[in-house]
Amino acid sequence: MNEVLPSTAHTEARPAAGWPGIVSDWSSDRQAFKDVSWGKAMMWVFLLSDTFVFGSFLIAYMTVRISTTVPWPNPSEVFALEIAGHHLPLILIAIMTFVLISSSGTMAMAVNFGYRRDRRKTAMLLLLTALLGASFVGMQAFEWSKLISEGVRPWENPWGAAQFGSSFFMITGFHGTHVTIGVIFLVIIARKVWRGDFDDGRRGFFTSRRGRYEIVEITGLYWHFVDLVWVFIFALFYLW
Amino acid sequence: MSQPTSPASVQAPPQGEAQHHPIRLYLVVWVWLFILSACSYLVDYFQLVGLLRWSLILLFMALKAGLIIAVFMHMAWERLALSYAILLPPLVLLVFVGIMIIEADHTLLSRLTFFSGS
Repeated sequence: MNEVLPSTAHTEARPAAGWPGIVSDWSSDRQAFKDVSWGKAMMWVFLLSDTFVFGSFLIAYMTVRISTTVPWPNPSEVFALEIAGHHLPLILIAIMTFVLISSSGTMAMAVNFGYRRDRRKTAMLLLLTALLGASFVGMQAFEWSKLISEGVRPWENPWGAAQFGSSFFMITGFHGTHVTIGVIFLVIIARKVWRGDFDDGRRGFFTSRRGRYEIVEITGLYWHFVDLVWVFIFALFYLW
Repeated sequence: MSQPTSPASVQAPPQGEAQHHPIRLYLVVWVWLFILSACSYLVDYFQLVGLLRWSLILLFMALKAGLIIAVFMHMAWERLALSYAILLPPLVLLVFVGIMIIEADHTLLSRLTFFSGS
């Protein structure tokens, strides 16, 4: 018994390389995603479905931009700001990009410290991530109110193709909603970490189950995905 | 005494090995993401146009996305069965993009032909 157990665990931990490994995992009749918890696998599946949601939005934007006969407004000028007498194109969007990337960096470190069971650092980094996320949403609110005051509506704008407004509000609105939900979850998880729920096995309020530090990584997956979507929006909507 | 602990020690490495990266790794990736973002901002700042602009934008976008997925989301250390199940399906979106480019070009052509106003 003692000799069988380690050897089976050993063979499961080391899959065959390449396609033979994939085939043997998927055809093993028990669990396709080995040594991946259900929580992490389900987050990945959710993110996959969310990829299709944002993919469809960006494809819709591409379609209306190609097919319109009216010139598309120049995003570089639309999102320009005057700072201290300097005319800087797209500067707010660039700052938002750096803020969101930084929040991804702090999130990655929070996951790392979570697995080292460093409660304090994990909670502080999670809160810092949430703070950066909240400031991102704040800047987006500023951007929205600026554009609305300049007369941008989902059905018209002063500079060109009407589809600009509908694409802009739809895409950035959905992304901002994702960031906001992420901030809320980050604060909830930070509180749990800070209180030591994952060390003393306190049961969750909603699920009545004991949590693990892995939840930090799962929340991190969602947060990095939000950053990932922004990479595509930044490139395809703002820079194109 | 060593026997009961051996199953745990055998199972621990795959979990621990996958998660205990040095913080330095994340800082390096972070710096690279900053550099790549700065590069894509400079594409706009210097008003590059045409094929050069589009290829640079797509290149920086792909590099950033790759870094985030591989390192920050730990996809580089997951088993291939999961990686392929998650990373392959979005490629279908490229087919969708192709279909919609054809469709949009057709719409544009119709609009120019029938609604050009002259």
